[in-house]
Amino acid sequence: MMILDALSWFLLVGGAVLCVIGGLGLLRLPDVYTRAHAAGINDTLGAWAILLGLMLQAGLGLVTIKLAMIGLFIALVGPVSSHALLKAAYAHDVRARASEEEDPHVD
Amino acid sequence: MLRLLPPMLVLVLAWALWSGHGEPLIVAFGAFSCLAVFGISLRMDRVIGAEPLDYGLAVRSLVYLPWLLLEIVKANLAIAGLILQSKLPDSSHLIRAKAGQSTELGRVIYANSITLTPGTITLDLRGEDLLVHALTKAAAEGVQGGEMDRRVSRLEGQG
Repeated sequence: MMILDALSWFLLVGGAVLCVIGGLGLLRLPDVYTRAHAAGINDTLGAWAILLGLMLQAGLGLVTIKLAMIGLFIALVGPVSSHALLKAAYAHDVRARASEEEDPHVD
Repeated sequence: MLRLLPPMLVLVLAWALWSGHGEPLIVAFGAFSCLAVFGISLRMDRVIGAEPLDYGLAVRSLVYLPWLLLEIVKANLAIAGLILQSKLPDSSHLIRAKAGQSTELGRVIYANSITLTPGTITLDLRGEDLLVHALTKAAAEGVQGGEMDRRVSRLEGQG
């Protein structure tokens, strides 16, 4: 139990730290495209680590299955929303800062 | 008719796991919900029974998903490290890549896998042409290296 608890807390704290880093990236990175990459951290490992930590707390049961399904939905919905957001930005000619190759929007 | 059975089973199983209730009234509501969803899906004729379920895909994903998960973890740590650096790299890239999969489903899996990996996001997928935004040169080279492309093709069942 001690080991499970330690592992669970490691995952919970680790996931929280990753989410904070993702938020920091959201503030620090220069444009919408790069910021979406930072949000990708929260969408994937940040969320999954917290869910996994919660599963270890919940033990085997319906709650764990629900948490796993939440993780699955995040995995399916996250990339779709990032893609939709950036495709819309690209379609509306939002400029990427400091892009190099093949970018039709470079100043 | 037989191929409609697996989707129905999935619905019932999803409901049972989600609710965890056994009272007759609640179970009746559940049965009604499953039938309603099933009926609506049948009318949207591309959702259920349009393509037979590919059980091989489920088996092969046991090889692909762990690899993808590991790649996602590695990419997450790389991007997190990048954000914490005092000087941010000034090198995001728009690149074009080819999706070598033969089916629409395979190409969608590939495009979503790229987006799911932090550091690369698929902006567009037309036919087999992908437009990908990469945060770093390393991430761009990762896509152009094509390992994920090959692995998704294998997942799709191209040997």
